[in-house]
Amino acid sequence: MKTVLWLFAFVIVLSLILAGCQQAEQGPATVRVLAMEQAGPTVDEMNSIVAEFNEENPNVEVVIEYVSYDALHDKITTAMASSPPAYDVFLVDDIWYAEFADAGYIWDVSDKITPEMQENIFDAAWDITVVEGKTYGMPWLLDQKYFYYNEEILNQAGITEPPKTWEEMVEQAKVIKDQGIVEYPIVWSWGQYEAAICDWVTLLYGNGGSLVDDAGNPTFNDAKGVETLTWMLQTIDDGITNPASVSYVEEDVRNVFSQGKAAFATNWVYMYDLVNFNEDESQVTGKIKMSLMPAFDGGGVVSATQDGSMGFSIAAESPAKEVAWDYIDYLTSEDVQNRYSAHLLPIWKTSFEGEQLETLMGYSESNETTVPMFSEQFPYSYVRPKVTFYPEASKALQLALQEALTKSKSPQQALDDAATKWDSLME
Amino acid sequence: MATLRGKTSLTLRQRDTIIGLLLIAPSLVIIFGIVLQPILSTLYLSFFDADLGLGRTNIFLGLGNYLDLLADPVFWETIQRTLYFTLVSVGVELVLGLGIAQLIHAHPPGWRILRASLIIPWAVPTIVNGTMWRWIYNADYGALNGLLLQLGIIDKYIPWLTKPFTAMNLVILADIWHSVPFIALILQAALATLPEELEEAAEVDGATPWQRFWFVRLPLLRAAILVALVIRTVEAFRVFDIIYVITAGGPAFGTVTISYLTYLETFSFGHVGRGSALSFLISIITLLLAFIYIRFLYRPEERME
Repeated sequence: MKTVLWLFAFVIVLSLILAGCQQAEQGPATVRVLAMEQAGPTVDEMNSIVAEFNEENPNVEVVIEYVSYDALHDKITTAMASSPPAYDVFLVDDIWYAEFADAGYIWDVSDKITPEMQENIFDAAWDITVVEGKTYGMPWLLDQKYFYYNEEILNQAGITEPPKTWEEMVEQAKVIKDQGIVEYPIVWSWGQYEAAICDWVTLLYGNGGSLVDDAGNPTFNDAKGVETLTWMLQTIDDGITNPASVSYVEEDVRNVFSQGKAAFATNWVYMYDLVNFNEDESQVTGKIKMSLMPAFDGGGVVSATQDGSMGFSIAAESPAKEVAWDYIDYLTSEDVQNRYSAHLLPIWKTSFEGEQLETLMGYSESNETTVPMFSEQFPYSYVRPKVTFYPEASKALQLALQEALTKSKSPQQALDDAATKWDSLME
Repeated sequence: MATLRGKTSLTLRQRDTIIGLLLIAPSLVIIFGIVLQPILSTLYLSFFDADLGLGRTNIFLGLGNYLDLLADPVFWETIQRTLYFTLVSVGVELVLGLGIAQLIHAHPPGWRILRASLIIPWAVPTIVNGTMWRWIYNADYGALNGLLLQLGIIDKYIPWLTKPFTAMNLVILADIWHSVPFIALILQAALATLPEELEEAAEVDGATPWQRFWFVRLPLLRAAILVALVIRTVEAFRVFDIIYVITAGGPAFGTVTISYLTYLETFSFGHVGRGSALSFLISIITLLLAFIYIRFLYRPEERME
């Protein structure tokens, strides 16, 4: 009996000691931030914004961590399981807002939004973080897929104008391939990741198709959808699309394109500066141009692309919500966004107006191209549906695209199966 | 005897017991905290329809999650893929491992260097190993295409990871590279303890080298092989990180193994209940595999010593 008592006492003492270790230390409030290292500002740029903020706010310490885009969602959902959550602030993709708001992870910051912010930030940017009328964070990354081409390769093939339609792109690609300038003229991110959905949405809407109808029911398996997917498969069979695209994400696309091994590519805005101005990263500096994303001849649209925007949100259970807001407010402020605009353009309408526009274009050599390109492309940008079950629905669609591209199912069959899955998730 | 000494003072044996219990108490606390408690709460969750999210109520399903999974063709396809992965990778690893172990055991010139360099692939963390192979397999700037092209084996670059079955085999290759050293080292250590006399006697009796290997050496290695097999099979069956890094389950789910499916269900889709049920099914299958091995390979009377 005594033994048991001793043991019991020992266990209690030990657990007290262990619990004591978890007591928070007093000092400056810590804000732990989770961001991504991929397709956006570089880690150096992000760190330097954090350093500026910490300098100006001695009572707050921001600590930032990075993961790849494809690890971000799962990292957030796991971090939210602990109390207090492992991160106070995190980057949220537009397609996760419905899910995270529904799960109670993110703090409703509607009261924090001033009329000035409401007025001066693009409406499309607010669409990212607003779910059912409530604002769950600050928009930060307002991005879309852009069409890139290597002007030198086009000129070598005797082509003077970049393609305006995908049919034209195929024609030009055939010329380039036949002349033996590059083996595979276009490279895509069609790997089994969200990246595949982004390219697919771009092509689908450019063909007059759509992912879902107004009621949210899947429409991607209609004739337009099947036609688009069949076209993708055809470009692989014709040797125009780099066959490795089926395993690639955006960074692979950038690497291949930077080596001058492709004449065309689609990617986010960040690629322009790296591929055209950064000699450590690219062998084709000075040769890269951007043009309006092509569409299909019969699609009935001038251009179509995928809106891939993200916002910063605060964990609803965070003990440091107010200071966390200060950081987000700083990070997304017009001044900071303008100064760090080489790989990410501002969410502020006002940055693109009047004298401000001149200043913005002067911030980096790439801005001279990307800023006007943004304004030209953005009216044709399509968002993916905001649904609580997005990751699962997207995975089903990724599987469908891959099944068709690896020829284990016909495009119609694969898309029908994904639509069935999508329907079952809506119940 | 000792009990006659009085009620207040403890016997030596009793004191030993107390000290013993005190000494193992910390590890008991830790074992309960980090092993038993998570297992029990996973088991508990597996009976519920539980989704990730704050303040949600779980709905009791009983065996619903399990029955659902067992009726799902995706589950069985995944099990098949996982078994293929396990069978091929462990099979090849065993054959190669045994070969390398014998090579080292024969002490050719430079065998110490060979043994030391064997450790390197095993010491590389799996995530690093995965990243490395992802680069090697890259179709446009990977070392594999570069090597094969220079050797004249292929005349243009091959996109390695775009066919489900090829991708699976290449992931297996990466796993083999990583794990062969483990088996080789275990078997080499076991070989070093074998009595020389038996093989010498067999040689005197006119046994061929093959007969000596098959009838003398291999049976003596049975216990070591068992250990290596059990550990590697269990590991291979639960393979996750190398797949996460190299293919993320692609192309077309061709490399989705059971652990990867569990990860998707739990963390990407947020179905914690279903994910927990999957984890328990994995545990049951691994236990079953271990049981089969022990049943067929373990014979106490032949233990080394």
